[in-house]
Amino acid sequence: MTIRRHHDMGGLEAGPVDASEHDYAMWEKRVDAIVKVLSTPDRKLLSTDELRRGIEELGPGVYDELSYYERWISSATNLLLEKGVITVDELGKKMAEVEARWTKDREGAE
Amino acid sequence: MSKGHSHDHADYQPDIEDFPFSERMVMTQAVAELIVEKGICTADELRQQIELMDSKEPALGARLVAKTWVDPNYKARVLDNCAKAAAEIGIDIGDIPIKAIENTADVHNIVVCTLCSCYPRLLIGLPPDWYKSRAYRSRAVKEPRKVLEEFGTHIPDNVEVRVHDSTADLRYLVLPARPDGTGDWDEQQLARLITRDSMVGVTPAKSPEDI
Repeated sequence: MTIRRHHDMGGLEAGPVDASEHDYAMWEKRVDAIVKVLSTPDRKLLSTDELRRGIEELGPGVYDELSYYERWISSATNLLLEKGVITVDELGKKMAEVEARWTKDREGAE
Repeated sequence: MSKGHSHDHADYQPDIEDFPFSERMVMTQAVAELIVEKGICTADELRQQIELMDSKEPALGARLVAKTWVDPNYKARVLDNCAKAAAEIGIDIGDIPIKAIENTADVHNIVVCTLCSCYPRLLIGLPPDWYKSRAYRSRAVKEPRKVLEEFGTHIPDNVEVRVHDSTADLRYLVLPARPDGTGDWDEQQLARLITRDSMVGVTPAKSPEDI
């Protein structure tokens, strides 16, 4: 029997292809930009292979639950933490700050 | 570009449509701000990268394919070295090689990335959702003819279907066959027939009567 990881899905049974598409949201484009900018030859903070390894390590549950760019930012962020480029503390604080700011913006918009 | 406000937040305020925001959206914004604050990159660089990717559209690939239809020598160069041939017409396909594969009367090619989402993005833009979907990634290698039918593409039994599985180090671009009835068309007219999907191989190029 073949042992395969969950991302290795070539040849498996699956339902019909849903050809509907969505336009990429700005935040998704930002994820893409973050990854590309951190991968430039002068920085080399991320590589495609590392990003993929991070995505594949999310595990079967999370992998299928998250959307494509959600997987990307999860992997990229984990790699930045792993490499010590950012710390858990910095990330936590900044996420709280962003969330507070956006919540205020949302209330202001209502 | 920015409307002249804000500086320290990497210039991004969510649009109203972005609400409610998800945890990963917050994470994305936080990471963008942190790498800017740490001086790893500038907010401008992030913006420029977004603009660069926005400028990568199937029209680039269509221009290249149209030229292969009118110039057999150019087609030979594209098949031999796609990056060099693209550079001839001012298209930079980046560092990852792209291999062009030609549809003929006997062979139909279709491209997938079973492991992830590798795609000739600098030549035809970001991949559509279905290219990254479980259904397409799983089935394209096993029952390509059935998958093609789901895109409305019927490949007769006497035509061989070849499936190409992309990797992080090699991507593919299908050169669709030139439709009949276009004998006197110039490159610009021809390019209008060449869709993104035809360069992934899930459909043929459009026919003159389609446009």
